Amino acid sequence: MLKVLVPAVLVAAGIAWVVTAPKSVAEDEFVAISGAEADRGEVIFTAAGCASCHHAPGAEGEARLVLAGGQAFPSPFGTFKAPNISPDPEHGIGGWEVRDLANALLHGVSPGGGHYYPAFPYTSYTHMADRDIVDLWAYLQTLPASSEPSVGHDVGFPFNIRRSLGGWKFLFLKDDWVMDGNDLGAELTRGRYLVEALGHCAECHTPRNALGGLDRGRWMAGAPDPSGKGTIPALTPDKLTWSETDIAYYLETGFTPEFDSAGGHMAKVVTNTAKLEAEDRAAIAAYLKALPVPGSPSTGY
Amino acid sequence: MKKFVAIVAATAILGGSSAIAQEYKNQIKARQGVMWTISLNLGTLGAMAKGEMEYDADKAAAAGRSIHGVSMVHLATLFPEGSDGGMNDGTTAKDTIFSDRAGFDEKWAALGTAAEKAAAEAGTGKEALGPVMGALGGTCKACHETYRIPQ
Repeated sequence: MLKVLVPAVLVAAGIAWVVTAPKSVAEDEFVAISGAEADRGEVIFTAAGCASCHHAPGAEGEARLVLAGGQAFPSPFGTFKAPNISPDPEHGIGGWEVRDLANALLHGVSPGGGHYYPAFPYTSYTHMADRDIVDLWAYLQTLPASSEPSVGHDVGFPFNIRRSLGGWKFLFLKDDWVMDGNDLGAELTRGRYLVEALGHCAECHTPRNALGGLDRGRWMAGAPDPSGKGTIPALTPDKLTWSETDIAYYLETGFTPEFDSAGGHMAKVVTNTAKLEAEDRAAIAAYLKALPVPGSPSTGY
Repeated sequence: MKKFVAIVAATAILGGSSAIAQEYKNQIKARQGVMWTISLNLGTLGAMAKGEMEYDADKAAAAGRSIHGVSMVHLATLFPEGSDGGMNDGTTAKDTIFSDRAGFDEKWAALGTAAEKAAAEAGTGKEALGPVMGALGGTCKACHETYRIPQ
């Protein structure tokens, strides 16, 4: 019996080891992309909402560009703390190279080869275009450095075993789009990139399964607030009945069609979307209006 | 007799707790009236900005002045300590209003500044509405981000 069991366990362990291994980009894949544009990177930075989570708690105005970290993000798995990603060489990412940023965004992997927790929304950023990563890298280096040390996450066993995140990624880090198809047209394709990749809207607006993976079958169907209080609204057309103009206007000014205003974390999101080009806000609105209604025949579930 | 005392005590406690919930009813009504007045007038300006309503200089100016008017109410009167949503029904005011009065007052003063601009400029032409709405919207958001319980 043991003769069969031991090899079987070893094979299983071997597979698990391979599956959970951190992936990374090729050594010089990103260095080869030349002519990085920091001002283009600023648009990526804004659309991706980097500052919203990485600025210091309570920072306002220009201080939001100091990416000192420290904000807490409660979840059923523990409380995650955003790290310092300012250009400080010791406490921030000043010692990184562009490929380190690419590995973080595309694979959720640190320069040391460890897995990041998916509170950092790499399941969305994994769709980022190489060019955008290079430009973002150029922009990040123009920001002020902060020597504030990063604070550790408050995560208990078994979620504190980083290697197990490799298994999580195997299950939930997908490189295909939710709104699939190559013939979406220019506006929907742009909208999809802004919503599914940079804006990482689904991270809050899509419910999660027991393991914390996004339930793609109920994409944008609304979800409980991870803090435990309240719910985050659905964005599918059956629930979000605003017109495309209304959605774009909300993303510009924060005003709902009833002229109430955005609050909570969404207020931070609107601070970002307000800075985008009007075409980008329209593209987001078009994407949301094109979402399938959960449970409808077109979705197949 | 003991039973009677117990009933009296229980009634007093229940009555007492419902009195707490009722205590700030008028303040809550009043401040929600302020918010609705702002929202209604923003609706006029917003509809013109979006092109859903034809621009009318008089109506736009009146809306701007109305918002400026209500921005002058004394905030502490509307938000007494303990009138937050944690202690009362029907309000989404956060208790951070009381722990950070200065910050809350500052946010309201920012609305005042934006509203003054709205009163002065909303009637000067349709192209003024964009910046006016942008400034007002920024102040609404800045306050709701911190001092309102997310719905």
